[in-house]
Amino acid sequence: MTATTTSLLDPAIARAALLDSVRKLDPRALLRNPVILSVWVVSVLVSGQLAVDIGQGHAVAFEAQIAIWLWLTVLFANFAEALAEGRGKAQAESLRKTRTATVARFLGAGDVEEPRPAPDLRAGDRVVCEAGDVIPADGEIVAGIASVDESAVTGESAPVIRESGGDRSGVTGGTRVLSDGIVVRVTANPGETFLDRMIALVEGAERQRTPNEIALSILLAGMSLIFLVVCAALVPMAQLAGAGITLAVLAALFVSLIPTTIGALLSAIGIAGMNRLVRRNVLATSGRAVEAAGDVSVLLLDKTGTITLGNRQAARFLPVPGVSDRELAEAAQLSSLPDETPEGRSIVVLAKELFDLRGRDLSASSARFIAFSAETRMSGVDLDGHELRKGAGDAVRTFVTERGGKIPAELGALVEGVARAGSTPLVVCRDARVLGVVELKDVVKDGIRARFEQMRQAGIRTVMITGDNPLTAAAIAAEAGVDDYLAEATPEAKLALIRKEQEGGQLVAMTGDGTNDAPALAQADVGVAMNAGTSAAKEAGNMVDLDSNPTKLLDIVEIGKQLLITRGALTTFSIANDLAKYFAIIPAIFLTAYPQLSALNILDLHSPHSAILSAIIFNAVVIIALVPLALRGVAYRPSSAANLLRRNVVIYGLGGVLVPFIGIKLIDLLITALGA
Amino acid sequence: MATAILLVVLLGSVLASAYVLAIHLQRVFAGTPGRALHWLRPVERAIYRALRVDPAHDMGWAQYARAVLAFSLVSTLALYALQRLQGSLPLNPASLAGVRPDLAFNTAISFVTNTNWQSYSPELTMSYLTQMLGLAVQNFASAAVGMAVAVALVRGFCRSESRGIGNFWADLVRGTLYVLLPLALVVAVVLMARGVVQTFAGPAHAKTLSGATQTIARGPFAGQEAIKELGTNGGGSFNANSAHPYENPTPFTNLLELFSLLLIPFAMPFLFGRMLGRMREGIAILAAMLLLLGTAYGISLASETRTTPALTAAGLVHAPNMEGKEQRFSIQEAAIFSDSTTATSTGAVNAMHDSFTAIGGAVPMTLILLGEVAPGGVGTGLYSILLFATLTVFIAGLMVGRTPEFLGKSIGAREVKLATLGVLVMPVGFLVTVGLSSVLHDGLAGPLNAGPHGFSEILYAFASTWNNNGSAFAGLTAATNYYDYLLGAAMVLGRFLVILPALGLAGTLAAQRTRPASSGSMPTASPIFVGLLIGVILLVGALSFFPALALGPLTEALSGRLW
Repeated sequence: MTATTTSLLDPAIARAALLDSVRKLDPRALLRNPVILSVWVVSVLVSGQLAVDIGQGHAVAFEAQIAIWLWLTVLFANFAEALAEGRGKAQAESLRKTRTATVARFLGAGDVEEPRPAPDLRAGDRVVCEAGDVIPADGEIVAGIASVDESAVTGESAPVIRESGGDRSGVTGGTRVLSDGIVVRVTANPGETFLDRMIALVEGAERQRTPNEIALSILLAGMSLIFLVVCAALVPMAQLAGAGITLAVLAALFVSLIPTTIGALLSAIGIAGMNRLVRRNVLATSGRAVEAAGDVSVLLLDKTGTITLGNRQAARFLPVPGVSDRELAEAAQLSSLPDETPEGRSIVVLAKELFDLRGRDLSASSARFIAFSAETRMSGVDLDGHELRKGAGDAVRTFVTERGGKIPAELGALVEGVARAGSTPLVVCRDARVLGVVELKDVVKDGIRARFEQMRQAGIRTVMITGDNPLTAAAIAAEAGVDDYLAEATPEAKLALIRKEQEGGQLVAMTGDGTNDAPALAQADVGVAMNAGTSAAKEAGNMVDLDSNPTKLLDIVEIGKQLLITRGALTTFSIANDLAKYFAIIPAIFLTAYPQLSALNILDLHSPHSAILSAIIFNAVVIIALVPLALRGVAYRPSSAANLLRRNVVIYGLGGVLVPFIGIKLIDLLITALGA
Repeated sequence: MATAILLVVLLGSVLASAYVLAIHLQRVFAGTPGRALHWLRPVERAIYRALRVDPAHDMGWAQYARAVLAFSLVSTLALYALQRLQGSLPLNPASLAGVRPDLAFNTAISFVTNTNWQSYSPELTMSYLTQMLGLAVQNFASAAVGMAVAVALVRGFCRSESRGIGNFWADLVRGTLYVLLPLALVVAVVLMARGVVQTFAGPAHAKTLSGATQTIARGPFAGQEAIKELGTNGGGSFNANSAHPYENPTPFTNLLELFSLLLIPFAMPFLFGRMLGRMREGIAILAAMLLLLGTAYGISLASETRTTPALTAAGLVHAPNMEGKEQRFSIQEAAIFSDSTTATSTGAVNAMHDSFTAIGGAVPMTLILLGEVAPGGVGTGLYSILLFATLTVFIAGLMVGRTPEFLGKSIGAREVKLATLGVLVMPVGFLVTVGLSSVLHDGLAGPLNAGPHGFSEILYAFASTWNNNGSAFAGLTAATNYYDYLLGAAMVLGRFLVILPALGLAGTLAAQRTRPASSGSMPTASPIFVGLLIGVILLVGALSFFPALALGPLTEALSGRLW
């Protein structure tokens, strides 16, 4: 599934949705939506009355028009839902394409390989995948290392390394091994993989209503009930006033008063929110998780990859007294020339920038490269009889002391100064002589500080999680502008922090990939597992990021908020609409009994019939007009709740009061002109 | 100008006193009523011993609700019995007979539910014993119940992960003993000093100038008058209520009565802010109440001070609409009283609302129909407006991009269900009963007038009872089996079907863990929230009642006739 951007009205999807909206006229399909179901019931009643009236030879032009628009209201509501589902299905389709029928190389007893179709694999089975093979199912690498092309899932073409035993042992069905070979233990039965669950969710088939949707449905049902009573009570009241009300008029009043707009768009909004997440390559296991993302008030962010670029970069050369900058830079550069690590490369680049030191081709000379090892914690080069080394402070000290060198008194201060600034000191020596320190700096990502500032305004606290010592962590935290940090973090400390925040009433979101992250991912309210992570992590979290990009946590929070705002805005709009509809319909109903009520006809609508028709037409048309907004979501920029409220109340509250006045008036002019 | 001074004096003294009273209320409901009332502690303890309750026991919401219902049921039965038996009981100088069953039923419910709807002429129906031991006692008790429920709901907002919402018996006793009794005592003495009647002697007999004999009813009424206003009860000792010179003799007593009926309702939002420890939240609720009431004052004053079309037609161009008003009060005093009494669920009247101009009569009715929230009755106003506020938070709260939260409590399915029930039960019940009465023969027999005005009379009766206001529009003959029982049912349901959701909400809120506020939480102490809250109150009212009002007072107003 690449980042597909389906246009809002893809003709194919729209056609299918049209068909679907007719199919959804089956009342059983409407059971979950009491508002639209009641419109359906009213439509049936009015149609029945219409049939009777036609049979008796009454004039039915007005009644027929009401009936038509009532049915259209139901159809429009169905269309909105069908369209959202259709777009989901289109995404599901592209997800499904990743699972071409493959034949797996099943490892049976005694490690004998036998071919077996992928759909027959069960959790716990082991399969072999070598260069060129498509991985047949979601699983975990139990042996080997391989580069894997995950573009089918993530859309990212650069191959990634997956290996057993670490935090990068998870593989996804449908991806392709490019080199080497691995043994994969299948972790999900067919139909239960993440992709399968996700397909079900985006298609809307398995969509369970979220807690907030349920609460909103209760409010909408309550409102429908009160309007049912209002309309029913109107019959005897009108009779007392000597005004008869026909069923069609009563039905029109009822349907235009109950919150049909939000009732029609509610499920579309939910499905569309989920789809927006999928388009960002994030799979959520439930709609509830998406909502929780909007509620999150504390974000735990891993330093590396989220706040800083993964690699540290050389920032300064700090020579000890008696050594020139240039001399230190030269030694550092030489020791790094064969070093392919990003840190090594950055030293070469810095030396060139500062002193215009060009790299030399060492292959011709008698240079011998000493690679970094966990044991020596140094790397370097032996060149022209000199030993050039760079590495951790104590490792280089030992190296120098062993060769009879003296440690300059100032080195300690230099090393500590660098550490205090949040950087990593790299000590450089030539033979038995310490030359100085290279400062390797964690590079904070561009623009991340501004985003944290936005989060802060939205009432979200950011906490940086890092294995660094507190000194370094504090410096980076200050530079990145996070609110807090957890230094020397262990999985246990992370879990404890989440518990503590939750005790204080906060909702916590985090990302994680390792198996030891699993408890914290499960404890967090929103746990986003990296797709590259272990299957334990993926099972524990409630979302998976296919791109394995921890920064996306910020996007996820924004998508959650946007979903809730869209729902709230359309609810407010829908309820505010009622005012105008009352002013259109009530005077129209009682005008014959009490002509003085024409003073309430502030819209100056043409006739009682045109007034009632205009209201019911507006009520139906506004559903279709708002479908794009429901699917796209309202514009959202992180901001304080007070700002968001002010802005949205003006647009959707006041707008909701004013728009129908204008709309109903225009429709009235139109149908009057058409001679209806 | 005089009106402006009156309003400034009235609202200024009410708000200042309410602020101070809230400090006292907070102490009282925390169980520490303060040194001045310390000598009453033994009385309080004696009551607990007699009732065999432990005031320190923290009740869950269901237990609290059961206690409220049990207390109200017993009160109703006792009051019913007292009325039926009054003929053979002492303190009955006028030798009044036992009250007939439908009326006794209606009256018992009416006083227990703090409605104080009166389908009878008190001076001709109720003995002194019934008035003092029955009606006056319930004037205290029903007001104390209202306060208790409000305090319990506020506790729900204050507490975090708590199972209990307080002890009903303690709240009931403390509210009566330390708040209502002392206040009533002070007000009663002042009223007496200004001429409100207080005597155990029977009716006075006087010879009029024309030589006829006149019987003048009187009784031990100053004490009742005080609690009638303080407890937002409104049930008068005389049929004419506060229009009667023995209940409300002078403009000064009129002002004092206005002050008394507004005092505790306006102290409640201050108490809300105090208990939360966030006064701004209380001020926001107060602001919503004040804005609604102020607007009502404005409309009423504008409408009542205009000459009516009927008077104009009769050539009386400059004559004010004095019909149904007392000569000793100005039109403005009548208009302000009519709004204050309906806005507080009191229901006392110093003029007949039936004779107001159409709009002047519609405003009190609207204040009642908005659910008695501006500021509403003692306690009832606060818990009712908090139900509205909960709905407002839910509707608008989503627009800040979070699951709606009210004061750190998330508003989910259960909270919405309870708030919706509490807010909608009255409109639904009101419309059903009004609908019934517009077709049934017994219902149509009630109104005095035909046409929209007759319909207004029916509307007003049900609005008044469903909202436990108790004021009458006059014109409706309500002392019939049909109206006594139906209005009685309306009073019971209108009271307890709001109390139960309010207590349920208190329980679920108290059980929740409170989320700390941040700039991401929806601000509920802001002008925009006050505006939204008012908007939701008006919208629910408008959407529910617009058709009914259109057929009653609106049609009347637009037809340019007085009636």
